[in-house]
Amino acid sequence: MTGEAAVTTREVEARFWQRLHEWIVTVDHKRLGVMYVLYALLFLLIGGSEALLIRLQLVAPHNTLLAPQTFNRLFTLHGTTMVFFVGMPLIFGFANYLVPLMIGARDMAFPRLNAFSFWMSAFAGLLLYFSFLGAEGLYGAGSAPDVGWFAYAPLTSRAFSRGHSTDYWILSIFLSGVGSIGTAVNIITTVLSRRCPGMTLGKLPLLCWFYVVDSVLVLVGVPPLAAAQLMLLADRFLGAHFFDTQAGGSAVLWQHFFWIFGHPEVYILMIPGWAFASEIIPVFSRKAIFGYPVLVGAVIAIGFVSLSVWAHHMFAVGMSMTANTFFMVATLLVGIPTGIKIFNWIGTMWGGKIRLATPMLFCIAFIGQFLIAGLTGIMLAAVPFNWQLTDSTFVVAHFHFMLVGSLLFTVFAAFYYWFPKVTGRMLDEKLGKLHFWLFLVGFHLTFTVMHIPGLLGMPRRIYTYEPGRGWETLNLVITIGAFFQAAGVACFLVNLVRSLHKGKLAGPDPWDAWTLEWSTSSPPPEYNFAVVPTVRSRRPLWDLKHPEDPDWVYE
Amino acid sequence: MGDAPANIFAAVSAPASRTSELSLFVLAVTGAIFFVVFGLTIVAVVRFRRRDTDDGREPPQVYGSNQLETAWTVVPVLIVLVLALTTARVIQSIQGVTRPANAIDVIVIGHQWWWELRYPGLGIVTANELHVPVSDPLAPTPTWLTLLSADVAHSFWVPRLAGKTDLIPNRVNHMWIAPTAPGVYVGQCAEYCGTQHAKMLLRVYVHPRDEFERWAQAQRQGDPQVPSELDAVVAGRRVFESNACINCHSVAGTVGNGRYGPDLTHLMSRATLAAGAAPLSPETLRAWIRDPNGIKPGAHMPAMKLTEQQIDQLVQFLLTLH
Amino acid sequence: MNQAAVVAGEAGWELPSRNRVGMVCFIVAESAMFVIFVVAYLFYLGKSPYGPTPEQALSLPVANTICLLSSSGTIAWAVRALRRGRLATFAVAWGATAALGALFLAGTGREWARLVHHERLTPATNLFGTTYYSLVGLHAFHVTVGLVLLTTVLMLTLFGKLHRRYTEHVEVLALYWHFVDCVWIVVFSVVYVIGR
Repeated sequence: MTGEAAVTTREVEARFWQRLHEWIVTVDHKRLGVMYVLYALLFLLIGGSEALLIRLQLVAPHNTLLAPQTFNRLFTLHGTTMVFFVGMPLIFGFANYLVPLMIGARDMAFPRLNAFSFWMSAFAGLLLYFSFLGAEGLYGAGSAPDVGWFAYAPLTSRAFSRGHSTDYWILSIFLSGVGSIGTAVNIITTVLSRRCPGMTLGKLPLLCWFYVVDSVLVLVGVPPLAAAQLMLLADRFLGAHFFDTQAGGSAVLWQHFFWIFGHPEVYILMIPGWAFASEIIPVFSRKAIFGYPVLVGAVIAIGFVSLSVWAHHMFAVGMSMTANTFFMVATLLVGIPTGIKIFNWIGTMWGGKIRLATPMLFCIAFIGQFLIAGLTGIMLAAVPFNWQLTDSTFVVAHFHFMLVGSLLFTVFAAFYYWFPKVTGRMLDEKLGKLHFWLFLVGFHLTFTVMHIPGLLGMPRRIYTYEPGRGWETLNLVITIGAFFQAAGVACFLVNLVRSLHKGKLAGPDPWDAWTLEWSTSSPPPEYNFAVVPTVRSRRPLWDLKHPEDPDWVYE
Repeated sequence: MGDAPANIFAAVSAPASRTSELSLFVLAVTGAIFFVVFGLTIVAVVRFRRRDTDDGREPPQVYGSNQLETAWTVVPVLIVLVLALTTARVIQSIQGVTRPANAIDVIVIGHQWWWELRYPGLGIVTANELHVPVSDPLAPTPTWLTLLSADVAHSFWVPRLAGKTDLIPNRVNHMWIAPTAPGVYVGQCAEYCGTQHAKMLLRVYVHPRDEFERWAQAQRQGDPQVPSELDAVVAGRRVFESNACINCHSVAGTVGNGRYGPDLTHLMSRATLAAGAAPLSPETLRAWIRDPNGIKPGAHMPAMKLTEQQIDQLVQFLLTLH
Repeated sequence: MNQAAVVAGEAGWELPSRNRVGMVCFIVAESAMFVIFVVAYLFYLGKSPYGPTPEQALSLPVANTICLLSSSGTIAWAVRALRRGRLATFAVAWGATAALGALFLAGTGREWARLVHHERLTPATNLFGTTYYSLVGLHAFHVTVGLVLLTTVLMLTLFGKLHRRYTEHVEVLALYWHFVDCVWIVVFSVVYVIGR
């Protein structure tokens, strides 16, 4: 008996190592996609815990829970983690999984580059957190970067940032940039040269279109950041003077370089959110997307405009009146294609039969929150208003409406929508709705309220504040909201783990959807499609289900 | 919200009041957009949700509408146009102003983590608490700020007086304020500048004209020290002059002429200590000298390891600096 | 089940080659990076508080430029030969390209040695040193990477492992080399013409 048991244990162990090995050496786009997403979820928990600590410190004035240095490290890590190690891997994870399936391809165009990019990003994330252990350096100063996620010069120079924490930050972001560029090259190439027969660019699923624009933005937006990081590294190690104000260098140049990356980056993170919404809203409204060509045009227009608005992050640095006016106008222009998109989503729902399942609930909340984020964006574009609002908690609330209220909400929608495809099982609807409502309430308690202290003069990134400024109650409410959000995320994680084994079996097409990924089994086989499909319209499965009234007649 | 001393809408100075008017206009426009669009979303969801009595048939498929698309492109274009023109005018009215001849000049220099304030025309050097005269709208005497930084980027923000402008090393920025009501207005550094960014507070005292003149008179540099007969004061002065205090701090009439820390010549005319980290009193002064990190962790002023007696003497001396 | 989605296999369904698309994307990203270094160079022109200045330190690298620009010609010649299956011609032209690239690097090395030893210019000297070495160095790094790849292909050719069916791979590599050449034209104009 004992002998037998030992053999089984050894067998189980061997099987575990073999599977681990398979996952580590895999070049399969679906496995890499899943790994990207899991990796992002891990960092979401880390970055989320940092946010909770930040909120606990700010719950009351003159709170002494955290030392100022600790607080500064926490918001630096929170920002860096959420942008580079949650946002980017999440959007790339979904792209990896979905783009080949939606265009009827068997893999990405460059599978090995794909694996390389993933491991690059994974390594970069580890490097950021390794600075806790490795950054003591010669000076014994600092154990994690504390320069803020946009790391304004010259706070990052050797004189003001001793030790090696900033170096870890630089290298980590540089490497994650290498990974992002690799994936962007891969996505564009996959869409352009791996489409199944019949899928002309006009019949590409919207998600793929959006991801192409997104990847182009990565190609032109991320290298400037990599360049700026190289310069900063040269400053810190070779004694170069790029951002050395003592030797005639310009601190403002860093801001320009950073935001030439930073503003496209906002869209890089947002466009996939719009992509998910543009796939999910039609399916749950039971109608084709309203104004497909206009939506594609709008997202391309946003891509272009987003390259000329970066300095709206810098209205307070004392730019000339001409520059301020130019960037104000450019920024307001973004509002036009953004408005078009929102109207098209409403147009899609109008006249449909809306199924209020969890993915759709998240999408509806997304429309409202994205609308608010856009409108506060207009307020921030009005330069004098911006002089009051920038670097206050109002701005923090504004971009969390984008990144949480818009991106994360659509990402949750995407989880509920595509989880059945990835695992073959449905996520639980009851837990899903609980997740939705907890998160929605928490989100608004936190971020809707967070606008107000900004209007009452509360700057961002302060580890404590004075009593008697009218900020106390508001900050208390904001912190309570953060815990509601945490509870929502806990529901979500429980749902993920439980549904993996106990969820209802999904079958190939649980939502009665129309794009190609639903034509193969759930989960799809390694080769995706036994026979490479041929399509004649944007909704090949609609054509299949309604041979009497196919789409290609109208398109 | 009545007790919000830094409310951007409670403006008492020209740039802030013009900004506040523009802000309310923008809020009204965006608010209207919100109600229309969000209303449409809600109507769509409520009206077109699937009923329990649904027959299971797909709704009519509509792929788009050129008229609608044109409409919801043109309307935003018009709104953007109006907003852009309005905003451009307000930018012009704030940034396009030339310095009037009778303006008060102040050079503001940001340090980690305090404000150095110099009045070149009046020969005054002080810190953290800016004193300016009230500006009569009929005969304005605005205060012209030249913003510099000694180390990293900071930002000058007193919400009721004006929006913020950054202080950036190796760069000269300008802003102006023309406050119309006397009072004390609070603000703080708004650009993350390192460990104690949170405790880099700022107070602006707006005085009636004659009161400002009196303040300026009292602050003039080079006023001879009132010779004190008190032994403790003499001893305290000796402690100040024979320790590293003088490397960073100036007191007119002593050997101390450092510029790394705040000028202490008229220390006792200020209400707060360490850029607003504590109210100024003999007790806080003593605690601060004994251990600056206890009040403001990370502050650059070191604990000088003085004996309790030396601290007492030093405080006695500092208390004479009116 | 998805068989039915297949509607009469479309004839002549052709898509762009993945290698070429991939390389073009990569070049776009690289260009974005070079733009930032060029902007930094131009922005800091004449802003160094102390010397040496470009006027004092730099001379026109004419031989270098001729080497690199003509290597674009030889690599185009090599690609054409490979397309026609003339492997010997290919080897000669390809070898010439690599040699010209190596000459260029040697020239840059000589220039740097002169700047460091005679002009006392290092990246830490002033803003000119900082921006000059980073921009020219970044380009030289790309030449070095190109040279390693060129040499690898040359070795494969000499050992008889190169076949006509690899034409596309070689073409894509040539595309990269042309890009490096174009960047040099920009660097040359910015550093040696405008900046002097």
